[in-house]
Amino acid sequence: MVQIITGFGLMMLKALGQTLLLALCGLFFACIIGLIFGLMNVIKNKVCNIIATIFVDVIRGVPMIVLAYFIFFGIPYLWNTILGIGGMQLTALTAGTICLALNCGAYMAEIIRAGIQSVDKGQMEAARSLGLTYGQSMRKVVLPQAIRTMIPSIINQFIITLKDTSILSVIGFPELVNTTKNVVGVTFKSFQAWGLAGVMYLVVIILLSRSAKAMERRLNRGRE
Amino acid sequence: MAENKEVKVHVEHLKKDFGELQVLKDINIDIYEGEVVVVLGPSGSGKSTFLRCVNRLEDITGGTVVVDGFDITDKHTDINKAREHVGMVFQHFNLFNNMDVLGNMMLAPTELKKATKDEAKETALKLLERVGMQDKIHAFPSQLSGGQKQRVAIARALAMNPNVMLFDEPTSALDPEMVGEVLAVMQQLAKDGMTMIVVTHEIGFAREVADRVVFMENGYIIEEGSPSEVIDNPKEERTKDFLSKVL
Ligand SMILES: Nc1ncnc2c1ncn2[C@@H]1O[C@H](COP(=O)(O)OP(=O)(O)OP(=O)(O)O)[C@@H](O)[C@H]1O
Ligand SMILES: [Mg+2]
Repeated sequence: MVQIITGFGLMMLKALGQTLLLALCGLFFACIIGLIFGLMNVIKNKVCNIIATIFVDVIRGVPMIVLAYFIFFGIPYLWNTILGIGGMQLTALTAGTICLALNCGAYMAEIIRAGIQSVDKGQMEAARSLGLTYGQSMRKVVLPQAIRTMIPSIINQFIITLKDTSILSVIGFPELVNTTKNVVGVTFKSFQAWGLAGVMYLVVIILLSRSAKAMERRLNRGRE
Repeated sequence: MAENKEVKVHVEHLKKDFGELQVLKDINIDIYEGEVVVVLGPSGSGKSTFLRCVNRLEDITGGTVVVDGFDITDKHTDINKAREHVGMVFQHFNLFNNMDVLGNMMLAPTELKKATKDEAKETALKLLERVGMQDKIHAFPSQLSGGQKQRVAIARALAMNPNVMLFDEPTSALDPEMVGEVLAVMQQLAKDGMTMIVVTHEIGFAREVADRVVFMENGYIIEEGSPSEVIDNPKEERTKDFLSKVL
């Protein structure tokens, strides 16, 4: 164990940094995608509703590893070879970010849709009856209430996404799982290396959920 | 009603369908400035739907509705502008749960640039005093009783300085001991000259405060007149039938 930590600890710690970088990039865009498709699902517009529903269904119906291969290998192949345009190259980070953002974004869209729909319809009606626009009512009245109910699910989704970065080892991104595999390849110390990797994930996720809980408490203070 | 008074709400051949279901079939009524109209009728007769058509919370299927000079059945009318002049009070209060009483009062006036923060606060405090809620300005809705919530909801609507007020069963969700405090606020409002359309089952309120009572059934107004005409001497069988059940 000591040998793994002194010999490869720093390398694995850096890999953990890459994991976090990837997760952060993915989550950032996932939030945007989630908000867009979540809102598209609740507004009174059939076309938007259908597009949002199809997006969520497609992403939920495809395993993330397939999505990862498809984006990393399939899309450049389509562009360069099938369409013959050429010159397209995706880095593992870009492809990984897109993959995570789409995957997590679809689940976020569902969380946001459910959160908005959990707010009593009377809240929107009261706001509209005062002359506020749909957007103003959404921003000032509905979303603030929706977000409070959404926070636990969002934290949960963040944790899942953080763990899902491991899937992106298959496209060669040097995150923690990929790096640990290499360490084991050199040292054959499976138990120690995978154990250390597991502990690293665990520590980050515990820290994340603890601080999220604290934030949630602060948001709820003084209400109800 | 005096003929020289301005028509505040003009409803002509109003129709409203929900898919196959025809809820409002042909509603015609003119409501004059300062008039208090109480709408009675059995459950499902379309009273709420009628009220919600007056500020277009429901899309209108056909006919014309003009409120405070705004033809809200005209596609080009800015519905948000029109709604600023029409306050609505709901059965379930619908106070904004994410804001305290003052926040509820100030949101629309400040957001719609009707007033600065200071002005909005001043107006809010005055109105809250009028409804007897000046001691609760920092309370959240969850900390108020039903009667208190409804009085705040009325004040919130008044904060936009509307010319017409709509009430949809404002006391139906209240414990009996709180009904009086809300009706008293409404009665005062009527006395101050507000034009009001009130859907309610409070026959006593109708008799005392209404200038006119209309009886709705099955998507039509089937009888209307002064409270004594409609409540005490109804002509229509169905009105008699309904009143015998609620009185
Ligand atoms: N959004 C809606 N979609 C479909 N049907 C609706 C909708 N809103 C109301 N209805 C139907 O329209 C009819 C009239 O409803 P409305 O709420 O206007 O009646 P009401 O006179 O207010 O009754 P109550 O005294 O029970 O409040 C009912 O049959 C109701 O089921
Ligand atoms: Mg009703």
